[in-house]
Amino acid sequence: MSATMNPSQRRAQAGTTEPAWVRYSLIGLAITFMFFFLVLPLAAVFTEALRKGLEAYWVALQEPDAWSAIRLTFITALIAVPLNLVFGIAAAWAIAKYEFTGKAFLTTLVDLPFSVSPVVAGLIYVLMFGAQGWFGPWLQEHDIKIVFAVPGIVLATVFVTFPFIARELIPLMQAQGNDEEQAAIVLGATGWQTFWYVTLPNIMWGLIYGVILCNARAMGEFGAVSVVSGHIRGQTNTMPLHVEILYNEYQSVAAFAVASLLALLALVTLAIKSTVEWRHARELKVAADLPPENPHA
Amino acid sequence: MALFSLARSHKAARVLPGFNITLGFTLTYLSLIVLIPLSALIFKTFTLTWDQFVEAVTGPRVMASYRLTFGASLIAALVNVVFGLLVAWVLVRYDFFGKKVVDALVDLPFALPTAVAGISLTALLAGNGWVGQYLEPMGIQLAFNPNGVVIALIFIGLPFVVRTVQPVLEDAEKELEEAATCLGATRWQTFTRVIFPSIAPALLTGFAMAFARAIGEYGSVIFIAGNMPMVSEITPLIIIGKLEQYDYAGATAVAVVMLVISFILLLVINALQAWQRRHTGAPA
Repeated sequence: MSATMNPSQRRAQAGTTEPAWVRYSLIGLAITFMFFFLVLPLAAVFTEALRKGLEAYWVALQEPDAWSAIRLTFITALIAVPLNLVFGIAAAWAIAKYEFTGKAFLTTLVDLPFSVSPVVAGLIYVLMFGAQGWFGPWLQEHDIKIVFAVPGIVLATVFVTFPFIARELIPLMQAQGNDEEQAAIVLGATGWQTFWYVTLPNIMWGLIYGVILCNARAMGEFGAVSVVSGHIRGQTNTMPLHVEILYNEYQSVAAFAVASLLALLALVTLAIKSTVEWRHARELKVAADLPPENPHA
Repeated sequence: MALFSLARSHKAARVLPGFNITLGFTLTYLSLIVLIPLSALIFKTFTLTWDQFVEAVTGPRVMASYRLTFGASLIAALVNVVFGLLVAWVLVRYDFFGKKVVDALVDLPFALPTAVAGISLTALLAGNGWVGQYLEPMGIQLAFNPNGVVIALIFIGLPFVVRTVQPVLEDAEKELEEAATCLGATRWQTFTRVIFPSIAPALLTGFAMAFARAIGEYGSVIFIAGNMPMVSEITPLIIIGKLEQYDYAGATAVAVVMLVISFILLLVINALQAWQRRHTGAPA
């Protein structure tokens, strides 16, 4: 709002803002807080990683164990994110487009994994598939490993990232209503065509937003994965787990080198997220500025 | 399935296809990934007698961990309410250089893996760190003790408060503030009597979310806490400790306690959000 105001409008609003010294103190205080709690930790990751120079940094990243951790992290995200994407779209379609009994309850259940501690999330899969778990004996008989192996890591990651995309899409699709889809159906489109050509373009921003946040969490999850991983070097270590091992072995530079890759991922995530938000805000503004008789010009 | 029967009175339901398949898939996936595994936790608990359960969840080390987890989460969430409101206010109401960057940075704790946050906060606050080296001569230790737990939880919880308060502040009607000013209110009175009541539900929701997240947090805390039994050991770490000693039943019992607390917090947050929607008259 304030960005589009000229100075005279600003003066007219004097009754609804604070004296300059209050404004500047508040801004200063907020920025100081952000500096100590957000900027410094981020900067520390990179300085610690480069403490012994670029050479040591590259060497640390070329470790075979580091590579296998990077590979496992990508594999995990490549399975978990698409699964939760399909689920998110299906859940949002069912919840946002229809009225049915138990809808509020179902929405709460979708949110449930957010409020479960990551450690508990890992534990439940150990109880299901571990040696003493429900399917433990059967799995051992058939020589299938889930816990302390890659499938367990994927399952735990799917659990902790479960609500991300659904959460983003449900309110968005609810706000958009059913009118456009109904028009498409009445005009003879199939359900699939309606989704592909009408719904999907409308929810694209929310979808990208949900996917990148889901991906960031999937690649960065620590607690849940730590419980089911078994910490076998080169086999069941994801990047965050590898960071922990190196850190506990006092290989600080190597730990921070791998951590710096994860911090880069976080920065890329934030950059994409902000771009999506700014573009979306601009689109809304352009739409709002168009004359009402010609809203799609 | 009868639980989720379609309300036939709605015309929209008859026009759009795909209800059965999307709801069916949603319920199946939800059951396989979330509900059945969570029920394993409940069933495992029933293998314990009541006395064993009570003993597992009220041991002295476990009780100390509850005190730390809840105390630190409460302090961190309260700090987040104060600074979260400040950051949201500054971002919505004022213009300054670098505002977009600050706005984007608020989400860093969502995007940065918790283990990375944990080791970098530790590196900063340890005796030889950028911040720690100035604090230690003054006798202030922020790493490897309960203070560290609070710091890590403040980091983790900040975006929850900012991102729930920010949209409400954006939608606040300036006319109300103008009216208050015209009627002779000072700026401070306008804030406490007009603005604050309108953002209070959002602030409370943000507090509850930050608190809920802090209770379960593991990755960022374990590096900085020092993990001394009875002193700086959080409840999730107790679960891990019991698991490493193959005490599955004990780990499960403590996990059930945590799960019940998360359930209650989830219901509280839902109720708060419903209140907020009624309060603002628009979907929050």
